[in-house]
Amino acid sequence: MNYMMLEVPARSENESFVRVVVAAFAARLDPTLEELNEVKTAVSEAVTNSILHAYEDDQGLIKINALVENKKLMIEIYDTGKGIEDIAMAREPLYTDKPELERSGMGFTIMENFMDEVMIESSQGKGTVIKMTKIFGNNSENNH
Amino acid sequence: MQVQLIRRKKNLIVRLKGELDHHTSTVFRQAVENELEKNDIMQNLVLNLEYLTFMDSSGIGAILGRYKQVKARGGKVIICGLKPHNKKILQMGGLLKIIPVSSDENSAILSLG
Repeated sequence: MNYMMLEVPARSENESFVRVVVAAFAARLDPTLEELNEVKTAVSEAVTNSILHAYEDDQGLIKINALVENKKLMIEIYDTGKGIEDIAMAREPLYTDKPELERSGMGFTIMENFMDEVMIESSQGKGTVIKMTKIFGNNSENNH
Repeated sequence: MQVQLIRRKKNLIVRLKGELDHHTSTVFRQAVENELEKNDIMQNLVLNLEYLTFMDSSGIGAILGRYKQVKARGGKVIICGLKPHNKKILQMGGLLKIIPVSSDENSAILSLG
């Protein structure tokens, strides 16, 4: 078992930094390029949500924990922003409350497609944590 | 991310290099918006993603936004140089049902007629 912790201010230029750091950490599990891209994308979605929705482009901190064990990568992304009002609705494909910002509403759908498990815990006014798991070498259903 | 704009008659070729996410999507959006506002004759958009190494759902929103903008002025959008990862993202967003894909810039321009 090995782990890493990272904390960054909720600024959009940190989106690429966080996904690259988590990908570098995950690389020790010898994932395929495709798997690594999937992890990067899922992390990018979660961090973007925190910046754009939790903090609404205001100041705040995002904490990222990642843990590897055997072929399994676990990622937790925390913010202390405004929280998600309706998690079921937020998970719906194409749902966004910011269409004017050209948001596609596909963030959670992409996380769910690219990771083996996605858990969302949120309380209003307190914050949100996204917990995601990916098991590498698990791509047997990859024929679509 | 770098955005390269090439004007070829009424076709605007946009080459994206680097990573398209929430942070960089505004660069892409503004570059294309400015160019289309400046040049009334620009009708079609060829989007070359050959050197785009990463895209997340912000890319879906940004490309859909440009598609709507070009369509509103009677033009067409074509995507070329689509890598597997970018293809997967655009497919999830349903964009490949409305935007045709060509292998490279030349065949994209040919198909615009």
